[in-house]
Amino acid sequence: MESLKIVSKERTKRLAWLAKIELTEEENDSITIQLNRILESFKDLDKVDLKGVEPTYHAINVTNIMREDKVTPCLKKDEALANGSKVKDSFFVAPKIV
Amino acid sequence: MKNVLQLTLFEQIQAIRGGDVEKEKILEAYRKQIRDHDSELRAYITLNKNLMAAQDGLLEGAPLAIKDNMCTKGLKTTCASKILANYVPPYDATVVRRLKEAGGFVLGKTNMDEFAMGSSTENSAFFPSRNPWDTARVPGGSSGGSAVAVASREAVAALGSDTGGSVRCPASFCGTVGLKPTYGLLSRYGLVAFGNSLEQIGPLTRDVRDCALVMNIIAGNDEMDGTSLEVAKENYLAYLEKGVKGFKVGVPRDFFGEGTDEGVKEQVWKCVHILEGLGATWSECDLPTLNYALPTYYLTAMSEASSNLARYDGIRYGVRQEDEGLDWTASYSRTRGKGFGPEVKRRIILGTFALSAGYYEGYYLKALKVRTLIRRDFERLFKQFDVLVGPTTPTTAFRLGEKVDDPIAMYQTDIDTVPMNLANIPALSLPCGFVGGLPVGLQIMAPPLAEGMIFTVARRIEEELGLDLRPPL
Repeated sequence: MESLKIVSKERTKRLAWLAKIELTEEENDSITIQLNRILESFKDLDKVDLKGVEPTYHAINVTNIMREDKVTPCLKKDEALANGSKVKDSFFVAPKIV
Repeated sequence: MKNVLQLTLFEQIQAIRGGDVEKEKILEAYRKQIRDHDSELRAYITLNKNLMAAQDGLLEGAPLAIKDNMCTKGLKTTCASKILANYVPPYDATVVRRLKEAGGFVLGKTNMDEFAMGSSTENSAFFPSRNPWDTARVPGGSSGGSAVAVASREAVAALGSDTGGSVRCPASFCGTVGLKPTYGLLSRYGLVAFGNSLEQIGPLTRDVRDCALVMNIIAGNDEMDGTSLEVAKENYLAYLEKGVKGFKVGVPRDFFGEGTDEGVKEQVWKCVHILEGLGATWSECDLPTLNYALPTYYLTAMSEASSNLARYDGIRYGVRQEDEGLDWTASYSRTRGKGFGPEVKRRIILGTFALSAGYYEGYYLKALKVRTLIRRDFERLFKQFDVLVGPTTPTTAFRLGEKVDDPIAMYQTDIDTVPMNLANIPALSLPCGFVGGLPVGLQIMAPPLAEGMIFTVARRIEEELGLDLRPPL
């Protein structure tokens, strides 16, 4: 019997909903098993003493870069819309939101 | 003159300039090689069928392969994913633009693990690529197609991207040179983001000189990428002439632990002794945080992926599933559920977990803190040593199907490559010998922005080894 200690099947469902990924029941079951195995194998991190250690959020110190708000060439309207799945009157057609 | 397909990029440029061969003939030879071999090797997803326009400039029309996660204007860019199967970018990635402006010709777009998530190119939604040294084996990943193209003479040079080893692993498995540069040295504008605090674009080439040449063209600040560094442009070719006398070489014992193949170890040690013979000194050292690098890497990369891949909604670009009568949540979820492959789903959901309330501190934040310790570990070693060396991967190329159903075993492939992305140091994989007829990669690491020193060390070893790196096609 697989251990489902860290993530339950219900939690996987909730995570998939948060991530907006539709899963079949079978997918949900197999991802749950894999998630638990993977997280179990990551347990080694619990052994590290992290008292007083600052997190590294990024590879380098990133700072905001400012520039003049000047108009420069950019994509033309038809280029920007060319990959749209449904386009009408220069708009992307999205599913009903509210 | 030798067969044009055996010329390196540097030699090819000289042959064209010397009037020995026309650039159109070279392009023709590469297209024929693709026709003859790519139905078996499957390096390419999309070929550029266009004629070569007047390609003036340093590269003289060089036929180049680009990993399919870098935007190419007017040429499909799929990330080897069903969700982007129809995407035609309206612009070029900065590195692609720079290659074109220097006279390079994009021959085609190469296969990869979907969204660069994998170490074998088996996670491509379309088909796996095969290792030209043994077609029953994987080429490594995720930039597998680029490595196959360069090794099998289906391109003279290629670009890949490296989030946790995705340039170096396939370079090692296929017997090519592959570099992960310092973070920020190359622009990521037009590179499809996966783990954006970790990844860099890098060249895959036949030899070290070609790698330096490509870096000369593509490195440099770009206002379209806020994380690209403002550093003076270097001439990397100049480093190829230097010697290694007096260089201090560190050999971290931790790279030779359990799971590392004896034959691989032997080839790597041979290179250490070559450097010694050339006047460098070496000693063994410790990199204890290597034990924690894999979980740190995967938690960081998956968390970043869960955020970066939120943009695929099938509305502005990409494949949208039939959604008549569905509301936004249902449509979005269906498009993503059918558009993403199993590994991508696994990573997004795991990343969502690591970032969720109640688990953030125990997973994501913890990984970021360990990342600090890994970075410090390298900083400590670079106070003692100029460069570090070790294997690129613990083993040579494995068989297709061997690890694809076992994510944890697959992740282990990256044990020796992920620390450099976490610590933000440059690292190059150099072909250094064979075990059982399969190439072995030596990994050479240096402090941030010391790519030049890596080129010096790699070139001296390459010269001493004089390996024949033509696979048996």
